Amino acid sequence: MLEIRNLHASVAGTEILKGIDLSVRAGEVHAIMGPNGSGKSTLAQLLAGHPAYTVTSGSIHFDGGDLTELQPEERARAGVFLAFQYPVEIRGVTNAYFLRSALNAIRKSRGQEELDPVDFLEVLDQKLKAIGWDDSLMNRPVNEGFSGGEKKRNEILQLAVLEPRLAILDETDSGLDIDALKTVAEAVNRLRAKDRAFVVVTHYQRLLNYIVPDYVHVLAEGRIVKSGGKELAHELEARGYDWLREPAAV
Amino acid sequence: MTGAVERFLSDQRAFVGNGAGGSLAWVKELRAQAIARFTALGLPTTAQEDWRFTSVQAIAETAFALPSTPRADAPSAKEIRAYEVCEAGRHLVVFVNGRYSGALSSVAGLPAGVKVGSLAEALKTDGELVRRYLGKYIPDDHAFAALNMSFVFDGGFVYIPPGVTMEEPVQFLYLSVPGAVPTVSHPRSLVVVERMGRASVVETYAGHGDGVYLTNAVSEIVVADGARADIYRIQREREQAFHVASTATHQGRDSVVQLHPVVLGAALARHDINVVLDGENGLALLNGLYILGGNQHADHHTTIDHAKPHCESHEYFNGVLDGGSHGVFNGRIIVRPGAQRTDSKQTNNNLVLSEDARADSQPQLEIYADDVKCTHGATLGPIDEGAMFYMRSRGIPLAEARSLLTYGFGAEIVDRMEIAPLQAQLDRMIRRRLLGTERTA
Repeated sequence: MLEIRNLHASVAGTEILKGIDLSVRAGEVHAIMGPNGSGKSTLAQLLAGHPAYTVTSGSIHFDGGDLTELQPEERARAGVFLAFQYPVEIRGVTNAYFLRSALNAIRKSRGQEELDPVDFLEVLDQKLKAIGWDDSLMNRPVNEGFSGGEKKRNEILQLAVLEPRLAILDETDSGLDIDALKTVAEAVNRLRAKDRAFVVVTHYQRLLNYIVPDYVHVLAEGRIVKSGGKELAHELEARGYDWLREPAAV
Repeated sequence: MTGAVERFLSDQRAFVGNGAGGSLAWVKELRAQAIARFTALGLPTTAQEDWRFTSVQAIAETAFALPSTPRADAPSAKEIRAYEVCEAGRHLVVFVNGRYSGALSSVAGLPAGVKVGSLAEALKTDGELVRRYLGKYIPDDHAFAALNMSFVFDGGFVYIPPGVTMEEPVQFLYLSVPGAVPTVSHPRSLVVVERMGRASVVETYAGHGDGVYLTNAVSEIVVADGARADIYRIQREREQAFHVASTATHQGRDSVVQLHPVVLGAALARHDINVVLDGENGLALLNGLYILGGNQHADHHTTIDHAKPHCESHEYFNGVLDGGSHGVFNGRIIVRPGAQRTDSKQTNNNLVLSEDARADSQPQLEIYADDVKCTHGATLGPIDEGAMFYMRSRGIPLAEARSLLTYGFGAEIVDRMEIAPLQAQLDRMIRRRLLGTERTA
């Protein structure tokens, strides 16, 4: 589904990603771990098309197509979704209105009929039931005055409604207490599906106790320095990241 | 500017000379004092701190005539429907060029003791009541407010007796019908809500037809102990209009005032708002919006005077500035000595959509008590790129993301209002202005 080959990327002339290779197949959950500044969030935002990042060499293919040629909104319509580490506040626009606009933009691009408010509420209701949440966030302005936990829940709710093929979770665990973390992880688990892949970016192993990955990759200084199964996450928790940074040249 | 002052003086002499304003001695006296004050003050200049960003040169250079008789080409009842926010037949008081129009107004089924109508009529029937309040609340250092008082004779009047809640809003519709020569009107609103009473009033200022005109409005809102007044003020004047206004509210203890000024129209607009919290435990909400384009200029100068302890004020002003427009916001908060436990919050957010548009925002805090909470914040800038990326990453196209973010600046203010038909009307106007369509997506 997602094929990243020798990806180099920079922001404002500084190279952040220095040759990433990653293959993600449908149905899989990949965790990307790494210390601060390793390039984890850059990779996540780059996949969603953040304009600040420039691909300098290498390639990203999604379902066979060149993802780097697509605008952020085109990527979303193709089925890429990024759950933001810091969800953005949008004054004066309710969550319900925002989500319906997004869903309709995606539906329109697929030749499906746009949903009116009544039909949308029905869809929303189903999705909320599926993940076991209520609609208390829907009539508030997007992310405005939301607690940390509410913001992250809201990202997962958007994921549920927009039904992407590839969901990238950028530090969804940051700023969450254990109860909020469990709530969010449980919803994500319910959204796992055969035709949907997850890339879970996190600094801590904690989240991966609840969202159990198939593969774990360690990113350091812009490169994947180690890949393995879920047990790698436990090893990182026990040993930290420093042992991986020792130069290979020795 | 001496020429301009001279012109207003001679017009005022003619106005009082022909008896158009009625004959009450105390009103004559108020007018005489006011014209003397106007003469002493003169028209403001940009050398004055409070008028630094707003030049009234264009007003000074225009000779405005005072329309003295009702116009034959006044709009029909059907034509004014676009401005109405009330249910048909309910509590609409219409003024054409500053003069009450009985034909266009409709007031029916008022609760006992409530008075709704024109100030000119109230001066005849309830002169002593009006006398207690008229002109008592506007700061006396404002030349245009003094000018308004010197021409005072008509405007909207609401009186709510103690303990009466008026459920339905009253709308004052101030229509200017410009003619071949520039015209001026000096509408005067007076709203008095007695102890434990409650009222909401919508002031709509609009122009009907093209031409140059000046609206020089003053509104006084007096809210007694335990009472509440919600004032909505929709300024949708025509493109060539000048609009200068002062609004003063005065609150007793445990009272609530909500003031929602919206500016969409006029080439040049200036609104001074003076809120006095003169009893403990009062609450004032100022919730304002200005959406400007072309060469429009709009200036809000607000003063919230915490004269007594334990009062709360919340002030939100949003501006959307496109083209070569200029938005000015000056928010002054005064906390008087002894006004402890004051809780005051002020925000002014400006969305600047074009290179040529400009926003100026200035908080002015004067705090003379020590146990208070006062916060203020202002933003000026283009559309937030982070928010743009967020929306696009959800599939929303670039242009729509931009529109939604812009619309949100207006919607945030409209959402705080509490009159559904007015909110719907404003929502349509904002959509038309910012999205180019009235359609609800």
